[in-house]
Amino acid sequence: MAITIADRRARAPREPRRPATVQARREARAAHLFMLPWFLGVIIISLGPIVASAVLSFMKYRLVGSATWVGLDNYARMFSDERLAQSLKVTFVYVLFGVPLTLALALLLAVVLNRGVAGLSIYRSVYYLPSLFGGSVAVGVLWRQVFGADGIVNTFLGWFGIESTKSWVGSPDSALWTLIILHVWTFGSSMIIFLAGLRQIPAELYEAASLDGASAWQQFTRVTFPILTPIVFFNLVMGVINSFQNFAQAFVVSGGSGGPTDSTLVYALYLYQQAFGPTRDMGYASALGWLLVFIVGGLTAVNFALSRRWVHYDN
Amino acid sequence: MTTSTNPVVAPRPSGVAGIRASGTTAARSRAMAVLKHVLLILFGVGMVFPLLWMVSSSLKPDDQIFRNLNLIPIPPRWQNYVDGWTAQYYSFGHYMVNSLVITLATIVGNLVSCSMAAYGFTRLQWRGRQMAFGYMLMTLMLPIYVLIVPQYIMWAKLGFINSFVPLILPKFLATDAFFVFLMVQFFRGLPRELDEAAKVDGASYARIYFQVLMPNALPALATTAIFTFIWTWNDFFNQLLYLTKPANLTAAVALRNFADATSGISWGPLFAMSTLSLIPVFIVFLFGQRYLVEGVATTGLK
Repeated sequence: MAITIADRRARAPREPRRPATVQARREARAAHLFMLPWFLGVIIISLGPIVASAVLSFMKYRLVGSATWVGLDNYARMFSDERLAQSLKVTFVYVLFGVPLTLALALLLAVVLNRGVAGLSIYRSVYYLPSLFGGSVAVGVLWRQVFGADGIVNTFLGWFGIESTKSWVGSPDSALWTLIILHVWTFGSSMIIFLAGLRQIPAELYEAASLDGASAWQQFTRVTFPILTPIVFFNLVMGVINSFQNFAQAFVVSGGSGGPTDSTLVYALYLYQQAFGPTRDMGYASALGWLLVFIVGGLTAVNFALSRRWVHYDN
Repeated sequence: MTTSTNPVVAPRPSGVAGIRASGTTAARSRAMAVLKHVLLILFGVGMVFPLLWMVSSSLKPDDQIFRNLNLIPIPPRWQNYVDGWTAQYYSFGHYMVNSLVITLATIVGNLVSCSMAAYGFTRLQWRGRQMAFGYMLMTLMLPIYVLIVPQYIMWAKLGFINSFVPLILPKFLATDAFFVFLMVQFFRGLPRELDEAAKVDGASYARIYFQVLMPNALPALATTAIFTFIWTWNDFFNQLLYLTKPANLTAAVALRNFADATSGISWGPLFAMSTLSLIPVFIVFLFGQRYLVEGVATTGLK
């Protein structure tokens, strides 16, 4: 093999193009083999279904029977769908409070832990634990109890003389907040990302700042936060995208209904009910999927547009 | 890792406070440090309290669970685990094994397919590579709910509802774009001289992949395996969608059925099975902590 390569090099001046093409063709063939699973995945699992759901969103289809073309009916129906309006409201509240609160708590603890705290790795692990379990059914089940009428939240409030027999998951005005708290509870993963970012900030910057008489708060607002803004921004963008798709906890805490009185009917849960509930309305659910793409895409675009005002990319 | 954070802040006390270092400031800063630890510990206890309470409640009779913050169950009621284990059509162990089978198969699928795609994206030249890579990045952000309806219809028409196929097969097709991206980033960090040298020695592309890149990519492979384990084990949506027959249920879906059927009758056994269902993830956390923390820090994975 080594000889053939040497041969080819020796002949290169006379036939400059052919060996390169043979080589390129071999490489391309190898690439196609290595990319084969991914190509199949694109066709079967992502691009195919993207096209199919775009088509389905203009059809009426209930899994059995035939599909009929209904034009823009599915999209027109959205304007008079009160449960959709409710689910959008619920999801926006969930994202609007859940994401910033999570990031703020993560940032606060990252900054506190970064200041040379002994036992950093232990704190880090303990604070990360909820992120590990936060998406599980077990924690959803647990939340139902913790925020129930006889739950430990009420017991805890009792210590402070606040006698409460309210079921926080069972009341329409507080059920969504139990989900937001669950989201904030999983701040640990963002905290780890921020900690990694903080470690990159050179010590000289703080030395210079404190020599200039900057207070701890000024150091945070003038040094730490500006440098961290790209990381905060990344977390914000991904947090919004992910939070908009939350399903499991709303499903488990509300027993699949999105109740009480649709107060925890997050978007993904409503879409699930439309597609896989008794009506099996695949066409409408596909249209809802596309609405979600536009909303999430729109919010991401807004995030990027606003980022010019507060994210610093220069070092 | 712990020590590397210290240099960032260490110079300050010696440089600034050190100028007027006296007994009182030293004592005060020590008091501040203690206060800080007390607050951090209280906060940490508050964070994990629900989990501790769940474990303790799994060992209590029902009448001691409600309105009871006591964490030590006296005497521990192990019967809860027996009752929970046998509460459903199959034993809870059956559902745990199902979860484990799906999780392990998913890990194999992700490791093989995502690393192959990453090799193709980083080390091989082919027409359309840029476009394909752009598409892959886009799927990173694409909400899964726009795909789920046609996917479900496809699996239904193929007769794979109530099998593990819809849960496992896609993972062999590099559909978890996050892990493709993770490995692309890692492969880019590996010096190209490694595979150039192998190429000069006449190694085939397959051999470069198996003997040069894969052995050097072990950290990325470990991170992928660990996150795949946690995500798949905790996954609920897909398992709920595709698995309905009792024999096929996973721990997550079985637990949810258990919780909805119980509706407040036997909490002890329910918490016992909840605790059991979290143990595999906890074990992975204990042994893979380093890769988990590194993975979260460097890629922004959750």
